[in-house]
Amino acid sequence: MLEMKCDVAIIGGGPAGLSAAVAAKKEGADKVLIIERDNALGGILQQCIHPGFGLNYFKAELTGPEYAGKFAEEAKALGVECILNAMIINMLPVEKSAICVNEEHGVVNIKAGSIVLAMGCRERTRANIVIPGTRPAGVYTAGAAQRLINRQNEMVGEKIVILGSGDIGMIMARRMTLEGAKVVAVIEIMDYLAGLTRNRVQCLDDFGIPLKLSHTITKIVGNERVIGVYVAQVDNKKQPIKETEEYIDCDTVLLSVGLLPENELTKKAGIEVNPITNGPIVNQYMQTASEAVFACGNVVHVNDLVDNVTIESMKAGKYAAQYVMKTRVEAIREVSSITGDNVRYICPQKIVITKENEKVRLYFRVLTPEFNVVITVSSNGVEIAKKKAKRVNPGEIEFIEIDTVKVQGEEVTVSVNKQGGAGLCAKK
Amino acid sequence: MRKEIICTVCPMGCPITVTGEGDKIEEVAGYTCKKGLEYAANEFAHPVRILTTTVKTKDEKNPLLPVRSEKPVPKEKIMDCMAEVKKVRINKKINRYDVIISDICGTGIDIVATGNY
Repeated sequence: MLEMKCDVAIIGGGPAGLSAAVAAKKEGADKVLIIERDNALGGILQQCIHPGFGLNYFKAELTGPEYAGKFAEEAKALGVECILNAMIINMLPVEKSAICVNEEHGVVNIKAGSIVLAMGCRERTRANIVIPGTRPAGVYTAGAAQRLINRQNEMVGEKIVILGSGDIGMIMARRMTLEGAKVVAVIEIMDYLAGLTRNRVQCLDDFGIPLKLSHTITKIVGNERVIGVYVAQVDNKKQPIKETEEYIDCDTVLLSVGLLPENELTKKAGIEVNPITNGPIVNQYMQTASEAVFACGNVVHVNDLVDNVTIESMKAGKYAAQYVMKTRVEAIREVSSITGDNVRYICPQKIVITKENEKVRLYFRVLTPEFNVVITVSSNGVEIAKKKAKRVNPGEIEFIEIDTVKVQGEEVTVSVNKQGGAGLCAKK
Repeated sequence: MRKEIICTVCPMGCPITVTGEGDKIEEVAGYTCKKGLEYAANEFAHPVRILTTTVKTKDEKNPLLPVRSEKPVPKEKIMDCMAEVKKVRINKKINRYDVIISDICGTGIDIVATGNY
């Protein structure tokens, strides 16, 4: 078996892997190697040809290929190496090695000083949400259709129904309309939009595409090809109301029903995964429960902005490099971050306390939308950070910064409460 | 005339209300940044959008090259611009930001590559 040696091995060459590679190199790691399964670097950004990326990081509105291109070029200029068309089939966290298969080199054992997981996520499919009906051709996940249309020059259909109002679904509604298809409806089971409001405005409203909130597809019809779907309104328990069922004629159904971090390698390696995020549990250095393994981007938790992925991944790259060079400040103890009122999950889940004070950003998502809230962090019942927000939304990641020196207990709890309401919440 | 506009400059999506008549704007309320103010004023009088799409190439392995309008184009010209872009076929080396179509549909705006070919 061929053997390759490197300081930092990065699994995945999308925005997370590229940012981690750039940061690891800048921190001083000598040999940084990206292993990518596609035939080019950039990951999913290559097919995200629409604008809206980089508003925070580059202070400019870029398209996916531009954003990815800038990082791929920077990585190349810094001397980051990469193997394309290569699949990691096994990762050994203690031995710090990864087994990869590639058409050119066969099976390769990659030996590293540290490993960064940057595999991203994949889409939930029809099987994940169990839509009744026949199983005809013409049912695609929105991202699969996006790749076919934007990279492979294959149009997927003419008359489209989209299930799910996630960003990819809405962006594909516009894309298919521009390419001459008719998007009949976007169907959303929740009573609020899953994606960003700006996407509803410029992808649906601009083209007069109807959005049906509190609706779902009750049946897909067709033998060889989709010929239509039944759609019904849902009650407050998300159950379809039979009397509201209507038939919609279409030849294609796109599913934009959520993303799942791709953690087969992580789980196989025995690294602890959080059941809410479906990603590895990490500390503020983006270090997993296995000390030589770091993780960043959508493999940890599904982000809504690539700019956040970049910032988070740069941390992973930096600390993965420091781990190899043994330059990191020694840890004294580790505490957990706990979800309080109206908080679905927090990333990082662990906070390392050292003898130096550190400012740590706790990123989190709320459970339900709310206006005029106060976000508080408490440790041992004492408030250690507080900020106000005009609006919180499950679709948008929030953050609050804490000083590690203020952490007294074994945990920190993040809560989101209505202003003038409950205030500091009881521990869960 | 009063128009309720949702700002699309960033993911915040601020609700902005613009009052005015034609090109004349009397009041803009609800914006939280300078870009938002500019967007709302434009959206009231002359809505524009960045057009992103692809052009065909001669390479079977990479059959498409992503492109964008360098600046936002008038919203009502989006479909005309799409028709122009569809006519193009790339058969030479292209770098990011090379002009693919200049002054598309008389808008004075160029269609540029967002990737390399």
